[in-house]
Formats: sequence, structure tokens, C-alpha cells
Amino acid sequence: MRTDAVVLEAFGASLHFAGVKALDFVTFSLHAGEVHALVGENGAGKSTLIKVLTGVYQPDEGALTHRGKPVVFHRPVQAQQAGISTIYQEVNLVPLMSVAANVFLGRQPRNRLGLVDTNRMNAMAAEVLAEYGIEEDVRRPLGELAVGAQQMVALARAVSADADVVIMDEPTSSLEPREVETLFGVIETLHRKGIAIVYVSHRMDELYRICDRVTVLRDGRLVHTGPLADLPRIELVSMMLGREVGDIRAHGATGFGAEHHASKEPLLRAENLVSGRRLAGVSLDVRPGEVVGLAGLLGSGRTETVRAILGDLPLDGGTITVAGTVVPSGSVPAAMRAGISMLAEDRKSDGIIPNLSVRENIVLAALPRLSRFGLVSRAKQDRIVRTFMERLRIKASSPDQKVAELSGGNQQKVLLARWLCTQPKLLLLDEPTRGIDVGAKAEVQALIDELAAEGLAVLLVSSDMEELIDGADRLVVLRDGVAIGELAGDQVTEDNVLAAIAAEGSR
Amino acid sequence: MITVDRPTRTRSVASKQLFATVLQRQGAAVVLVLVVAVSWLTFPNFGTVDNLRDLALQSSFLAVIALGMTFVIITGGIDLSVGSVYALGGVLAAYGSQWGFFGALLLPLVACGLIGLINGFLVAKTGMAPFIVTLATLLFARGLLLAISHEGSTTYKIAADSAFLTLGRGTFLGIGYPVYIAAILFVVGGIVLRRTAFGDTVFATGGAENSALLMGLPVARTKMAVYTMSGVLAGFAGALTAAYLESGVTVIGVGTELDAISVVVIGGTLLTGGAGSVLGTVVGVLLRDVIQNIINQIGTLDSNYQAVVSGGFLLAVVVVQRVLARNRERR
Repeated sequence: MRTDAVVLEAFGASLHFAGVKALDFVTFSLHAGEVHALVGENGAGKSTLIKVLTGVYQPDEGALTHRGKPVVFHRPVQAQQAGISTIYQEVNLVPLMSVAANVFLGRQPRNRLGLVDTNRMNAMAAEVLAEYGIEEDVRRPLGELAVGAQQMVALARAVSADADVVIMDEPTSSLEPREVETLFGVIETLHRKGIAIVYVSHRMDELYRICDRVTVLRDGRLVHTGPLADLPRIELVSMMLGREVGDIRAHGATGFGAEHHASKEPLLRAENLVSGRRLAGVSLDVRPGEVVGLAGLLGSGRTETVRAILGDLPLDGGTITVAGTVVPSGSVPAAMRAGISMLAEDRKSDGIIPNLSVRENIVLAALPRLSRFGLVSRAKQDRIVRTFMERLRIKASSPDQKVAELSGGNQQKVLLARWLCTQPKLLLLDEPTRGIDVGAKAEVQALIDELAAEGLAVLLVSSDMEELIDGADRLVVLRDGVAIGELAGDQVTEDNVLAAIAAEGSR
Repeated sequence: MITVDRPTRTRSVASKQLFATVLQRQGAAVVLVLVVAVSWLTFPNFGTVDNLRDLALQSSFLAVIALGMTFVIITGGIDLSVGSVYALGGVLAAYGSQWGFFGALLLPLVACGLIGLINGFLVAKTGMAPFIVTLATLLFARGLLLAISHEGSTTYKIAADSAFLTLGRGTFLGIGYPVYIAAILFVVGGIVLRRTAFGDTVFATGGAENSALLMGLPVARTKMAVYTMSGVLAGFAGALTAAYLESGVTVIGVGTELDAISVVVIGGTLLTGGAGSVLGTVVGVLLRDVIQNIINQIGTLDSNYQAVVSGGFLLAVVVVQRVLARNRERR
């Protein structure tokens, strides 16, 4: 049913946030009746592009055309009225209101008196939802439904609004396999009706199953657009990650040194970690003095794995052992007592306390250990702070400078110092060099190297392929919350990683 | 092991959830019925026509204020200005009575409506916290009231022959007009809340404001409307009170905003917004005044114990709401 008529197009769209280009001259054309995959890693600009298409953001430059006519959407409601519906990754409905009200909010059927005709609304909602495999009582509050069912209600709402474009932002991330099938059935129906669909997902199998064409974004730029079926998976993955197949870079491009000589006995042994839909069986071990990298696309369960090891994500199954002792799952203090520390992904929200000084930020996590009867010796603090500031080469005017005034790289080093002064045996690093400049990046990488050489066990998550390949002694490859392979020694090459990620899976 | 464990856990959670929901929504009604039944049997004077008539009349003024507050709280807001606006409404009604019935009625409605509109505008358009905005108008309205009454030394009386007095003192079938007026307002309020698109938007705004915006609902307009309504209703309650007391009394309404909030929340409206009913608010008002009435019947108890009982009950309700909310978040 795909025709070559363009139903929605963004031409040369650019958008800046505080000097950072979130979108850089991106042209995106959606043809009538096609299912168009929109892919890219974190920060590639997918969400920004979607928000431009739906009127949440207005582009600084560039133009939108809808059905051949130039359009400007100042607010989301204008895009909706024009026939562009969006299903956001997080269900954007009202959980306390009834299922039926959620489907029809804003366009409720009225009776002769102008009042909402609840009976008719319920009947209409039940009828619409039946098509989506939802047989729930539509008078129940939406929040009582399973997340998958809520996602279907959102879809029903979007589609029943006479849309000719439906944008789905990772619709399957919270769905059970059975619900995914229902969703694909619905997409098939929409496809036949000639409704164009923008489909954002990280799951290769899904993309190749339902999408006609693909657009790849990276760092806010358009990388590729074209038919999907003839595009080899490995090429798609390499475009998303920004690596050329067969282009093996010389080692030494990062701050990492040679490989480490790790001891034989693993310090951390994680076995078959299962947590909800996010982790479906991850096993790995890390030896003292070794850097193990977690490779995989966004949404493959990398962050979830380290959070589970830290006890921040409750486990439904699996065991975590540190030096032969089982660590009770789901408790951060227990994990920290066992010698596990984590440098979190988002240092702004989960890390630094901006208005406190460098000193305070460093000793914060170690305070319970440093204090006696609730009092902390200032001299002891100063000694520790001085040691780490020198060792990590933290550039601050004094230990009393506010952390907020430091550069991103130095903030990251302060956090690293914070966790190091808790004397961990295992350090979990989630994107340790994201958002810091090149020089600081190399320094942080060199530090990681030194720490491992001194016997620390390190588990590294990074979207930067170079950092992973060069920095890790071993790589565990994740996909859809499962550890699907392990690469060690000479096997740790980009080609091998790309091949492992792109391999056809059962899901 | 996990797969066997789960269904039973879910079921017991579900039944606990249901119990807690019923407790929160209907708890006040159950307690009200119990309290009324016990009082009826215990205190011979409680069930008399005179006592019940007074009870209904006393409740009707706070009920009118609490009706507006119900809408505001369901949108996720709060209106602290209603106590002052209520007192101001009374004084303005008495002042306006020199221009006859409509002067006495319209002056407070327009002035108090304007204060509500300012609240609504600031909350909806500038994104300021309702708590701060309405705290400011609380001070503003109280100050205005003291200024026009020369710090309370001037009391505006309503002429004994004014038709406006009927609004507060008139009776039909032995029951005061304010009771009928409050009842009519609640019926209309219930229909507006439950059966109109506006009412749905009120719920959606409090339940998930961002979702409501993304759905293209008129969130800002709705917020402005509920604060305006709250101002108008508080002013009207003041006018009714003035008509009942035959003058604009300046010392009333201190802390009334807290009474209004507490009866709304006791009636099962979520303090965080998104759920609630006007019927619950009626129950909340009645519960408060029945307890007050009983304490008066006992005679030996200090009447301040009414506030102690209300406070304890409010605390219990809010704790249950929090537990419910946490269960919801966990799922």
C-alpha cells in the first residue's frame, strides 16, 4: 500500500539546546502508508526529531510539510488535529481516570444537553479496544491495567483520532511477547489502511520484520535513509554506532594502555540475573585487576546489569557473589559493604551535589566509615581529599571550591574519588566519559587503567565503541537483557562486536 | 519458585488495594453513618428536628466554600485565600446592600471572582506554586477587608427591611434557604464535575498534567476557571453568611481555608489531585459538623476537641492516601 507520496517531511531541521546541536540539518521524509524505522543511539536526536514533528519543539531552522503543504506546529494539539498522533515511550495517559475516558478525553461523545454521554463513550471505547485485544472493563481506572494494556489504550486513542501519521516511540519496550504480536497485528491493519507509521525501536528483529524503510541518526545528523530489507544488519548497526565495518583503528587512540594481567579467581560472579522485562539472564564475572566491558545497543540491559549488581534494581532471580560470598540482592548498602561502588550514568542527577565543595563531595560516601560517634575528624578528611585530588589530578582552586564550578571532566573525577575513598574491590562505571572533553576523557581512561593495574576489578559500560574495545580486557555482549556472547583477548575487535550485536536473535 | 509465588502475592495485594481504596473513598461516609447512628441513640436532643435543622444550616456555609475547593484540589492545586475571601464577601455584601438586593449579591461575587481569577491566572500562566499565590491573596483579601472596615471598627449592617436578608434567613418547609442553595450548588457542581468535558479536564489536569497537555486539553483555561469558581463560591458563602447574620462580620473566616481543605480531603478527594467527588465533600462537611454538634451536646467537653477529632481523622485519611499512592507507584 506504500506509495511515493510524501505525507510528512522535515526538511533541513536544526535545533539547538544551550549551544548544543540536538538536530543538525536533518531531512526526514515519511511516505504515505509506509512503516518507517527511526534508529540511532542515545543522543542521536530521535526523540528531538519526533518532538519537532509533533509540535513539542519548533525547529530553529528548516521547514515541515504535511500532505504537501508547509505547516508550523506551535503546540502538540495542532499536530494532533492535523492528523499526527504520537505514542510516547512512557504512557502519556491519566492513570486515575477510566479507560474509556482516556480514549476519548478531549473529544467525548455528548448527549443532547451537551453532557458527556458516558454510556455511549463506554460502549464506543469497548468496541475500539476489542480490536486491540483489550477485553477489560473500560470503566476501571487505567492505572489498574498492565503496562502493556495501557500502551494499547494509548495506541487506540492515537489511531481513533483519525490520524494519517502515527509515531511510535519504542512501543514494545514494556510489552510482553504476546502483546507485541497484538501490536504488530494492529500495525499491519494500519498499514493496509494507508496510515504512515514512524517506528522507533532498538530491536533489530522487530525492525526487519515490520519496517519498509529506515532512517539512521547519529549525533543529531542524518546518516542514512533508504529501504530496510536490502540493508545488511551489520551495516545498520555500524551506522548507528558510527563505526565502519572492517575499519579497525590502531590501538592507542584512547587513554588506555596495554592489557592487564588479571588473577584467575573471579572477584564478582553474577549468575543468570533476571529482573522483570529488563534482564532475562545475564551471567558474567570480573576478576581483580581486570576491566570487563558490557557491549550492546541502547536498551540491551547494560545499565540495568550494573544497577542490579549494585543492588539498585530488585532481582527476580539469579545470584551475585563477591569473593565467594553471596551478596543479598536489592540492597545498595549490602553491595557497598561487599566492596561494590558505582559511578552512575547521569552525574548531574545521580552524582554530584553541586552546591557542596569538592571536599564534601569526595568524602560524602565514606563518612560512615570515617566518623566515630557521629563526629568526623577534619584532619582525616583533609588527608583523604588531598590524596585523591593529587592522584586523580583534580583541577580545583581549593578543596573548598564548589563542585558546580568545575568542568565536567573534573566533576567526574570528584565522583570517581568519592567512590575510590570507600575502598571498593569492584568499581562499576556507567558511561564514565560521557559529556566530558577529549583531554579529560583520556585522563579518566588512563585512571581507569591505573586502577585496574593496581588490582581493582572494573565493570565498564560505554556507548563509545573505541573506549570499550580499547579499554576492556574482556567484553560481554548483551541483547534484549540477555548475555549473548563473550569476547576476550584477540577476539575483542569492532567487527566481532558488531557481528555479535547484529546476529539474528530468537526475540 | 518465582512463578508460583507471584499470582498469590498479586491477589493479596489486589484485595488489600481494593480495601484501601474503599476505605479512602467511602471511609468518611461509613464513619458518618456510625457517628450519626450512635448519636441518635445516645443523645436525645441529637435527633430532634430543631437540632438537625440547625446542623444543616450551619454546614451549608462551609459546604459552599468547600465545593470550590474540591475542584481546585482535584486539579492538583490548593486555594488558601478562601477564608479571607469569605470574610471579604460578607463585608462587601453588607456594604453593597445599600444598593438593594442585586448590589448586595453582585458586589461580593464580582470582587471575589476577580481575586479568584487573579489566583487562576498566576497559577496557570506563570507556573507559580498555588500555595504561594493563594497565600498572597489570603493576605491581600484580609488586608482589603480590614481597610474598608477601618480595622473592623466599622460594621456594615444590612437594613432590616432588605430583601437580601431573606437569602440567609428565609425558610421553606422549616429549613433555611442556605441549605437549599448549597444543595442546588452541589447538584450542579456534581454534574459539571462528572458529566462535562470541563469536569474531565479537571480530573486529567490533576491526574497527569503533562499527559493532559499532550492530549491537547485546555489545562490553563481549566485552572483559571476552577480558581475563579473557588473565589466566587467563597464570596457567595460570605454573602449568605452576611444575610444570615444581618451584617458583614470582619472576624470570621480566619482559618476557614484549612477547614475547607480538611473536609474536602476527609471526603476522599486526593490532596495530590486527580480523584475526588463533590459528594465526598458533603460527607466531609457533615462529619465535621456532626462531631462539633455532639461535643456541644456533651456540654462538658471543650468545643476545641472538634478540631482535635478532625485533625486526627484528616491525618488518618492522608496516611491511607499515601499508602494507596505508593502501592500504585510500585505496580
